[in-house]
Amino acid sequence: MYEIRIHSRGGQGGVTAARLLALAAFRDGKYATACPFYGAERRGAPVVSFVRIDDAPIKVYSQIRGPDMVVVLDASVMDTVDVLQGLKPGGTVFVNSEKPHAFPGFAAYNVDLTGIALAENLAIAGTPIVNTPFLGAAAKIGLVSFESAKQAIREMFQDERNVKVAEAAYREMIL
Amino acid sequence: MLTISTGNKAVAAAVKQAKPAVVAAYPITPQTEIIEQIANYVAAKEIETEYIPVESEHSAMAACIGAAVAGVRTFTATSSHGLLYMHEMLHWAAGARLPIVMANVNRSLGPGWNIWAEHTDAFSQRDTGWLQVFVGTVQEAYDATLMAFRIAEDERVILPTMVNLDGFSLSHIMQSLETVEVGDFIPPHHLTHAIDVDNPMGYGPMTGPKDYYRFRWDIERSMRDAKTVIAETEAEFASRFGRKYGPTEDYRCEDAEVVVVSMGTLGREAEVAVDILRNEGVKAGSMRLRWFRPFPDLDLKGREVVVVDRDYSFGFGGVVAASIRAKTGIECYNVIAGLGGQEVTYDDIAEFVRTRRIGEEHWFGVSE
Amino acid sequence: MSSISEIPKEEYLKPCTAACAGCSSSLCLRYVLKAAGPDTVLVIPACCTSVIQGMYPNTSFNVPVYNIAFAAAAACASGMSKAFRSEGKQTNVIVYAGDGGTVDIGIQSLSGAFERGTDFLYICYDNEAYGNTGMQRSGATPLGALTTTTPVGKSEFKKDLDLIVAAHNPPYMATASSAYPLDLYRKVKKALSIRGPKFIHIMAPCPPGWRYDSEKTIEIGKLAVKTGMWVLWEREYGTLSVSGPSKTAMKKPQPIDEYIGAQGRFKTATPAIVAELQQAVERNIDRIRKEEEGIC
Repeated sequence: MYEIRIHSRGGQGGVTAARLLALAAFRDGKYATACPFYGAERRGAPVVSFVRIDDAPIKVYSQIRGPDMVVVLDASVMDTVDVLQGLKPGGTVFVNSEKPHAFPGFAAYNVDLTGIALAENLAIAGTPIVNTPFLGAAAKIGLVSFESAKQAIREMFQDERNVKVAEAAYREMIL
Repeated sequence: MLTISTGNKAVAAAVKQAKPAVVAAYPITPQTEIIEQIANYVAAKEIETEYIPVESEHSAMAACIGAAVAGVRTFTATSSHGLLYMHEMLHWAAGARLPIVMANVNRSLGPGWNIWAEHTDAFSQRDTGWLQVFVGTVQEAYDATLMAFRIAEDERVILPTMVNLDGFSLSHIMQSLETVEVGDFIPPHHLTHAIDVDNPMGYGPMTGPKDYYRFRWDIERSMRDAKTVIAETEAEFASRFGRKYGPTEDYRCEDAEVVVVSMGTLGREAEVAVDILRNEGVKAGSMRLRWFRPFPDLDLKGREVVVVDRDYSFGFGGVVAASIRAKTGIECYNVIAGLGGQEVTYDDIAEFVRTRRIGEEHWFGVSE
Repeated sequence: MSSISEIPKEEYLKPCTAACAGCSSSLCLRYVLKAAGPDTVLVIPACCTSVIQGMYPNTSFNVPVYNIAFAAAAACASGMSKAFRSEGKQTNVIVYAGDGGTVDIGIQSLSGAFERGTDFLYICYDNEAYGNTGMQRSGATPLGALTTTTPVGKSEFKKDLDLIVAAHNPPYMATASSAYPLDLYRKVKKALSIRGPKFIHIMAPCPPGWRYDSEKTIEIGKLAVKTGMWVLWEREYGTLSVSGPSKTAMKKPQPIDEYIGAQGRFKTATPAIVAELQQAVERNIDRIRKEEEGIC
């Protein structure tokens, strides 16, 4: 079982990112669950959500304590939250950021999802949408196939720009 | 169709296929997604349902009662304080023999405010005359909601039915969901005692002790008959759609020496714990209690029993453990865990089994 | 048609009720149902009508009567009305509720049902206390009245239910009195010809509760109107018109003393309280007159 913890801020679409990722994995023929950890639903507050991907049915509902991967959709969350907590040795960290962050002992990836969203003018109430471009990055890392990533986006969103930003992230991210 | 869905949306999908004529509902976290989805179906004309946006849960159930006695199929959804606010009308719905179906997203009770999973809300309604089923997966939330309409409306039952799913851990999780072509699995609803202006009757007037007593016994008789109807319905569901359900979901119980009894999502987590214990050489099994009313006959003879209660009856004990003790005469190790969304993992459940002390009660995470 | 002869002979409340002697509310029920006809369901919360209908397995009504819990009548009617309409039935759904079930415990579901535009008629028959439980104070009990829970007389004014209902802008609302059955009959007829939430507030004197002799029920009801303690009017799509019997009364209302003096429930009311009641009557008449003249 592959376990992913997503850090974001309320209103940023982190829960939807988890759902998109689970849907894409599901379209790959895997079993997947996505669950948010809800506190008070407050815009701007740090939130986490979880994705589990496996070849067998998933019976676990409790929170992920030792993730294989950590996704940070808002780098400023790292100022107050220890995003590496419990991350398995040799695990993966992805940060939505222009420049790379160093995480010794872990494989680190980054791409500027926010810039990609803004380039397409993709925002809700002024907040750039980073979850659909994230799916492109997730596919590049190999969590899901790129085809399934695009299919998942199309199943959940009608605006084709969401696919465009995923393609941009897939293209721009350097492994 | 194979898709992926939250527990809430799976319930709404089943309701859409059951086509209730009236849905009266009031929002409450973490149930709200169910009624939002139904409101969307109605707005998009995907279902011909009258959606009544009532001003309270008490009125939600009252409106369902008014609609149901007019002879149509009704549905509502609630949670926690909403369910408690309905309490009076829950008794009324059952006493009036109205097969209303309701989803209750199990949530704790204030104070303090807490929005996470706990079963005390539903157990507080156990004496209302409602059938109660508890589900453990998104798929099961869908399947159980479909079956609830058929079971409630069966002429041997004619009692309201509550489908319970854990707040957030099931209501908001996304899992795979296979929807079915319902066909005639849910037959058209016909209520024999529906209001008929050509045959005017008084409904629920002053009733003397003798008749009142007989009406109460009628409810209990139907509750007992409901066991047969549930078994028949679940068997037909399995033959039509391939998914099998029963009063309990048993996992590696055949040769088990110690059985963990739990409900809802904890019952799925318990299966992982059983695998861990089996690897350690412990002959463990998991029994996830699905039906709470009518309470099933449980085969636990000769086994040690660990009951995980996500609820509590103050001054007495865990409600599930108490029920098992009363119904089977078997003593158990009663663990109180998961109240207000307290994290309980498969490792924790495995540890409950390893450290069991039959006859005792243990509050998980409390050290003093 | 201009007389009592226009009222149908058919009876939907049979002469076998369990009402008290001189009960004005059961009189009203007769006329309400004559106006509504057989395609009608009565929804009743706990109130005197729960008693009037008789005991299971009997019923004194010849229309279906649905009993529902105290706070829930309007909400229950909401669901019932939607269910009937969804099946293409035009059955009248009429809530017939006492003042306690309306102004106190039922006010929330009443407000909700009106806000939602429910197609039904809500009738509050107002005997100014919890009657069938032996006359306890309600929000509709007038200043100075004795009840079993105001043993020295109520120290607050009656809640203005009509203002609350009016705030929901229903297409039709009216007041009526058991002493003027033709007026009541016509108002029910008119209400049921309109779609949406309708409201009728009936003043229904209660011999045991108000402490007067049973045979004086009509006389007390008429006195209430003649003194202006109760004003008959209707408001159709926002336009108010004062009804016949009150037109005369409003020109030169009788002092309320005779009305007050005829009832045992006011026997501890001091002259100061009676004066306050009289002033309230005058304020109310003034307000209604101004609204009718389009001044407010």
